[in-house]
Amino acid sequence: MLDQLTDRAWLWIAAGFYLAGFAQGTIALLRNDRPSGTTTYVLIAIGYAVQLFGLGIRGRAVAGCPLGNTFEIFQFTAWSAITLYLVIGVTFRKSLLGYFTSCLTAALTLLSLSIPGWDAMQRTHIFGSNPWIELHAALAVFSYGVFALLALTSIMFLLRNYSLKAKHIGGWFSFLPSIFDLDQISVRLLGAGVTILTVSLAIISFIWMRDPSSAGATKVFAAVAVWAVSVVALGLRLRGVLLAKKFAWACVALFLGALVSLYAADNSRHPASKPKVAGREEPGPTFSRRS
Amino acid sequence: MSARLFVIGATHQRAPLAIRERLSLNADAAAALQQEFASLPGLKEFTVLNTCNRVEFYGVATTAETTAQVTAAFCARQQFDPAEFEKIRLSLHGRDAIQHLVEVSAGLDSQMIGETEIFGQVKDAYAAAQARGATGPVLNRVFQKGFQAAKHVRTQTAITAGQVSVANVAVELALNIFGSLKAARILLLGAGDIGEKTAKAFQSRGAAALTVASRRFERAMELAQALGASAMPFDQRELRLSEFDVVVCATSAPDTVMKLAATKAAMQRRPARPLFFIDQALPRDVDPAVAEIENVFLYNLDDLAKIAEENRAAREAELAKCRAMAAEKADALWRQIAPQVEGLAARPEPASFSSQGSIPPASRNPASP
Repeated sequence: MLDQLTDRAWLWIAAGFYLAGFAQGTIALLRNDRPSGTTTYVLIAIGYAVQLFGLGIRGRAVAGCPLGNTFEIFQFTAWSAITLYLVIGVTFRKSLLGYFTSCLTAALTLLSLSIPGWDAMQRTHIFGSNPWIELHAALAVFSYGVFALLALTSIMFLLRNYSLKAKHIGGWFSFLPSIFDLDQISVRLLGAGVTILTVSLAIISFIWMRDPSSAGATKVFAAVAVWAVSVVALGLRLRGVLLAKKFAWACVALFLGALVSLYAADNSRHPASKPKVAGREEPGPTFSRRS
Repeated sequence: MSARLFVIGATHQRAPLAIRERLSLNADAAAALQQEFASLPGLKEFTVLNTCNRVEFYGVATTAETTAQVTAAFCARQQFDPAEFEKIRLSLHGRDAIQHLVEVSAGLDSQMIGETEIFGQVKDAYAAAQARGATGPVLNRVFQKGFQAAKHVRTQTAITAGQVSVANVAVELALNIFGSLKAARILLLGAGDIGEKTAKAFQSRGAAALTVASRRFERAMELAQALGASAMPFDQRELRLSEFDVVVCATSAPDTVMKLAATKAAMQRRPARPLFFIDQALPRDVDPAVAEIENVFLYNLDDLAKIAEENRAAREAELAKCRAMAAEKADALWRQIAPQVEGLAARPEPASFSSQGSIPPASRNPASP
């Protein structure tokens, strides 16, 4: 019976697990209790595995990394954020990081699933026969996932900063990590995001120099713009110019900017990625393990 | 003739400080009293819990008269009028005694509700009684299960959440800012009692270094020596401000001793690391405008007291829930243990206690709560 489930069905199930993580955290907070870090972590981990399975089916069907439309990019971004959370979340299990992560990923995955138009255009072999272009795209979107987690730690920083400045330290504010730890993890996440995006751009630059038609200018420009903003933000932070609240707001803006840039990237088509399925208002064909 | 599990004693709930002082057992009195208890033929098992807020005797007696003998022996030892003792006496039996033990161990019966020190004191008292051979199958089970129940109450409720003393609230705030105090350098301005107490709280939580500065340098040196800290001339406080993460201000200076300009200058030298001011002075030591600086956090005496009060209220709000849990655990344990207690009355042999064991630590050192 599980063989009958389509990729989208698996992705719906994964979104359900993320939503369950968010719901149990919300219920705990409404009761003034600390959300169970372990429960959240387990729910997210199951959702992650299920999402990986669904993306795997889609990946096999489109013969490459599933980054062919807005739906897939949102799904991949959420998956990337969870990948990092599963690594650093162990340290932050008692904080609200899992709660915020489940909130963000539930929002990203449910939003992408509920807008049929985002998945109307399904393209196969979008990266042609060049695996380096595929690696570039995967790394770029993965770095956006890192920026998603960065946005979460930055929002947590802003909340913690508010609670300390306004002297409201009780209630669910008490479940937030320390302001110093949040700042440190944000700097590391930004550093990681910049590094991954730099590698991604280095790859595409090398390819582009040899064959300018290999990638759309809008797509590259969008990625370079996000990279430039992230490098400037990191540089200013390390030089002690962009600090505390301003740094946190900059990180949130960076993620939102990255999300916006995804549209530009999606609209710029690789010549080799001419859609094999024409755009429609309904979601494109779904794939099951059998297909 | 029926055996009974009992607790007899006096606590802060009914006995004011002046009476508790008279009832408190010093080391010699505790040892002598325990010898006396050991010779009571009807007393099968016993444990003495002696802290500054309570003197309690937990025991298993074969007759009702035995509990009266325990009370009489205690009053005689302390030269306390039995009739007066009767007025403030705590006396519980069976299931109620178990519930009391759970509540005491969980800090529900403490003056500072939810404090955790009492748990260690009860454990010490039990361990000492066990070492003396004064406990048996009933008290062993009651205490061991009681500890489990107390832990359950503490972990499943918010009874221990939030600090309720001003000094500990300050430390908790620092933890909210720095996460850990392992790398935190503390500057104490002023050498009075309030500042000293807060500085000690930071030291007890593992602060990296403490420096004392006072308008009277010799007083700063004295306190620094007593605390294992270093001393600094008072006039260097602003110049060296950037070296510190937490500044505890508790001087009796008539004007502010920490100005806005100096704090801004310090933050330029350490922009990414937060600075936490705890202003416990009256009039205030720190210019309130420093709170506007990014990465600087300022809490004064009123702020700390308000948080402590909120935490205290939150703990009190949890009390009913905690007591219900303790009652449930006591019911379950009493159902298991009641037949065993009743069975003890039928045994012919008298209790035999070792008289060579050590005195319970709680008896030796009646510390707070």
